[in-house]
Amino acid sequence: MTEAKLAGSASDRRPTLIDFDTVLESFDPAMGLEVHVELNTATKMFCGCPTGFGAAPNTQVCPTCLGLPGAMPVVNGKAVESAMRIGLALNCEIAEWCRFARKNYFYPDMPKNFQTSQYDEPIAFDGYLDVDVDGETFRIEIERAHMEEDTGKATHVGGTTGRIHGADYSLIDYNRAGIPLIEIVTRPIMGAGEKAPLVAKAYVSALRDLVKALGVSDVRMDQGSMRCDVNLSLAPKGSGALGTRSETKNVNSLRSVERAVRYEMSRHAGILLAGGKVLQETRHFHEDDGSTSPGREKSDAEDYRYFPEPDLVPVAPSREWVEELRGTLPEPPAGRRTRLQAEFGFSDLEMRDVVAAGALDLIAETVEAGTTPQAARKWWMSELARRANDTGVALDEVGVTPAQIVEVQRLIDDKTINDKLARQVFEGLYAGEGTPAEIVAARGLAVVSDDGALTAAVDAAIEAQPAVAEKIRGGNHAAAGALIGAVMKAMGGQANAARVREIIMEKLA
Amino acid sequence: MPELSRGEVRHLADLARIDLSDAELDHLAPQLNVILESVASIQGVAGDDVVPTSHPIPMTNVFREDVVVPCLTPEQALAAAPEREDDKFAVPRILGDEQ
Amino acid sequence: MSWIRKTAAEQADALAAGEVTSVELVQAHLDQIAATNGDLNAFLHVDVPGALAQAAASDERRSAGSPLHALDGVPIAIKDVLTTEGLPTTAGSRILEGWIPPYDGTVTARIKAAGLPILGKTNMDEFAMGSSTENSAYGPTRNPWDHDRIPGGSGGGSAAAVAAFQAPLAIGSDTGGSIRQPGAMTGTVGVKPTYGSVSRYGVIALANSLDQLGPVTRTVLDSALLHELIGGHDPKDSTSVPTPVTGLIEAAREGAKGDLSGLRVGVVKELQGDAWAPDVVERFEESVDILKKLGADVVEVSLPSFVHAMAAYYLILPAECSSNLAKFDAMRYGRRVTPEGSPSAEEVMKVSRDAGFGDEVKRRIIIGTYALSSGYYDAYYGQAQKIRTLIIEDFRRAFESVDVLVSPTAPTTAFPIGEKVDDPLSMYLQDLATIPANLAGVPGISVPSGTSREDGLPTGVQFLAPVLEDARLYRVGAALEAALLEQWGGPIVPAAYQSKESS
Repeated sequence: MTEAKLAGSASDRRPTLIDFDTVLESFDPAMGLEVHVELNTATKMFCGCPTGFGAAPNTQVCPTCLGLPGAMPVVNGKAVESAMRIGLALNCEIAEWCRFARKNYFYPDMPKNFQTSQYDEPIAFDGYLDVDVDGETFRIEIERAHMEEDTGKATHVGGTTGRIHGADYSLIDYNRAGIPLIEIVTRPIMGAGEKAPLVAKAYVSALRDLVKALGVSDVRMDQGSMRCDVNLSLAPKGSGALGTRSETKNVNSLRSVERAVRYEMSRHAGILLAGGKVLQETRHFHEDDGSTSPGREKSDAEDYRYFPEPDLVPVAPSREWVEELRGTLPEPPAGRRTRLQAEFGFSDLEMRDVVAAGALDLIAETVEAGTTPQAARKWWMSELARRANDTGVALDEVGVTPAQIVEVQRLIDDKTINDKLARQVFEGLYAGEGTPAEIVAARGLAVVSDDGALTAAVDAAIEAQPAVAEKIRGGNHAAAGALIGAVMKAMGGQANAARVREIIMEKLA
Repeated sequence: MPELSRGEVRHLADLARIDLSDAELDHLAPQLNVILESVASIQGVAGDDVVPTSHPIPMTNVFREDVVVPCLTPEQALAAAPEREDDKFAVPRILGDEQ
Repeated sequence: MSWIRKTAAEQADALAAGEVTSVELVQAHLDQIAATNGDLNAFLHVDVPGALAQAAASDERRSAGSPLHALDGVPIAIKDVLTTEGLPTTAGSRILEGWIPPYDGTVTARIKAAGLPILGKTNMDEFAMGSSTENSAYGPTRNPWDHDRIPGGSGGGSAAAVAAFQAPLAIGSDTGGSIRQPGAMTGTVGVKPTYGSVSRYGVIALANSLDQLGPVTRTVLDSALLHELIGGHDPKDSTSVPTPVTGLIEAAREGAKGDLSGLRVGVVKELQGDAWAPDVVERFEESVDILKKLGADVVEVSLPSFVHAMAAYYLILPAECSSNLAKFDAMRYGRRVTPEGSPSAEEVMKVSRDAGFGDEVKRRIIIGTYALSSGYYDAYYGQAQKIRTLIIEDFRRAFESVDVLVSPTAPTTAFPIGEKVDDPLSMYLQDLATIPANLAGVPGISVPSGTSREDGLPTGVQFLAPVLEDARLYRVGAALEAALLEQWGGPIVPAAYQSKESS
């Protein structure tokens, strides 16, 4: 392979990008999404090695997942069960009989130089997932969900970029090799038009929620336990045809899915409007600017020489087993959302924001733990959302539990603290200073309701602002706000504001 | 059975990651054609009604419990590595993309 | 008479009776190896300290009255295709030179758990591809009957070691005849058990759907003893059958009584004809006559799809092995050859594999790559898998009318070293009679049937039984063996390896 091919053609380096609205005037987009979900089983797909994330290199390997001569695979029954549950949740048929197959290709991160996967006999097929975009429901048809194994991880050393091209050599850790993956493949998604990028994002998001609700994967896109490939093609508007597709690999956040679709639509249109032909190729997505670039051409012409894995026997789930698993499915996410919105009394707008922020489960847990839906929503969507945003973590990782929120709200309800002081309690929680009550005590945050201290502070405020006091005496009760503010400031925010107002009125009105 | 040309043999060897020399090609290509010619006799022997057998003893649903068993130590895992760096396998630069 | 001349059963009895120690037995075999392996090249690796240490431990167990197994202390050799923790395992290939596995295959573990000292690893055709052991990267094994001839293959090392009294027991692997054909070539007994009845975990795979480990011994009873020890379900091998292997020893003892009345024996019509050397056929017909005399009902049966077995085999095997051998890429283990300059991983793989694999391995990898290619899959691999179905059907029908099938094991006696190395097809014909059993998963045994009138070299007769009916092989095999031993006045032994005391 020559260096020129590595760099791609000139048009690839500087593609002509067509304005999104202009793309839609001439073309209909079609998308295909391939999502890999890493299962959270205790052990790998074909051996008993653990699957924990972040272990020291090559400490979670055995003869089987290291591809040593003589070693043999044995299927993890739990992984098969998880695959079937995913299939059932996606409204798929479950195969009565299916096999594993070898996908043969050489790559140093793959210990056997074949991937044990499924080929023409997937465990689950012919399903769908309904997703909502701006109140419109799109039915995404699922072609198949099949079982396979992950590869090891290569780190590229030397060169200037630390990326694969230009590296001097690579270092391989096989801990990830053999971790169970479920690959979920859609049929071409057509007819989404201008909403195509949003539909793609909504699908991946809905799939993530569904898999999470099943409890079979961590579905952490940032850690690679959920990975997405985006296929996109354009066809002349109204033709109903399918154009030549590009396959953008490893698009690993929800936002990136939307951006990758948008970018590829603009790029394809640029080529087609100039009379060119779109290459059927693999492309890389770049998080920094949302662009894609061509992958290296494959010399092997994609002939994977699939054949049934002779070291494994067929999987033939009994219908009893399938029905038993169907009985373990959680409430479908869409139905659950409708139910919770009604129970919580959230408006459509509130509900949409809550779902978009990934706060619904947390709010539900907080309500379960003993507070009102509005209070739970208030804290998760304001203080804690801000914290998550500032620190760049997911909402469920800010370090505050639903039980702690219930306790904070209880302190507010019994007037020990006010909303403003509550923020300081949360700061204490982020810092791990103890329970909310302990933080209130340690930080001296309790609201002051002692009349002696408050009366002294009110007297000082009246003395400092005689003109304001005069206005109140003259019947302008709204002016009391200025005195209350002065008292709160003097007392470091810890005064019981309602009592302060009463004392001012007793003295001046 | 179409005869395999030298170029086709080279392509197959490339697919199989074997760097055949010209001399090896001269030596192996005719032998391969003799073998292929003899195995070609089975084409058309079995019709569509015959189910292919991939496992001689029919069995299904052989599964393992999802229970962790001891792994190799990194020392054992890396003992035979042609090259290593710390506890990772060192391999020459990789050209292709990940699949 | 020295201990090495004794059968494994006799050695076990002597150990139990306190007439000999395991250390003495092991030392006697190590001495024989030292005296003869230079000529034979049957062992690739001999573990002198390990075998003696295991023997000493065995003797301690004996004196404490707690042997692990009837064969505890009887030495054994293992074909280099099975992993042995801490002992080199090369599968006869340059690419695995010096590789020391960090784990035991299941059969290795069972042998160790029963206390049999492991003498070492035996030579084989590279990755078990061959019928002569000439394809070993470490030089050919020579036939104890004639050092200029091949001992059969791929397990020529195990067969030669047992024939030359280097070991009373050995493990072989049989993918298309690699236990049985060397048995015929060396005058030894070899058994290919029912597919899935002996664990393949730790066997460096040639063709996963055909491979099976089995015993290599000098007597049918010894094979039964070893077979029961190594057989049985293994959760580490997904294709392992759950049915336990039992009744083999009993069947061998029963058969040795010489009564085969009621046994229906089918002579395979398709395994006769011009391909079979007249001296081989002569011995075969003699064996069939003996079976009749012992009371068996002998009839001819036809298994018409056998004529396609070879072609199917030489598509299925290369396809599976082309994928199995992909792991030998010099990235994680094995010999890495780095060309000049700053080569890529891909280039290093290609050069290492070219340098590390021999011609036969390359031929089969390329054929297999071709057979699995899109566009050819259905015509070749798919068709071969259908032939397999037809052959299974043929067996099923044949076993409705007979209890066992019989044929010569190999079409010729041992041929001269070098004769067929560059003629793959004529080499492949060696396995004409043995391949169908592997395609169908049925068990088979090869028993010595005498020596050729032409060249004085041994011949073998093969019995085949239905899946999981391995015991039938032991009954009929032991009966024939007993009758022939009586006729010969003792076992047939290569001249150069006859006991000096007893000759």
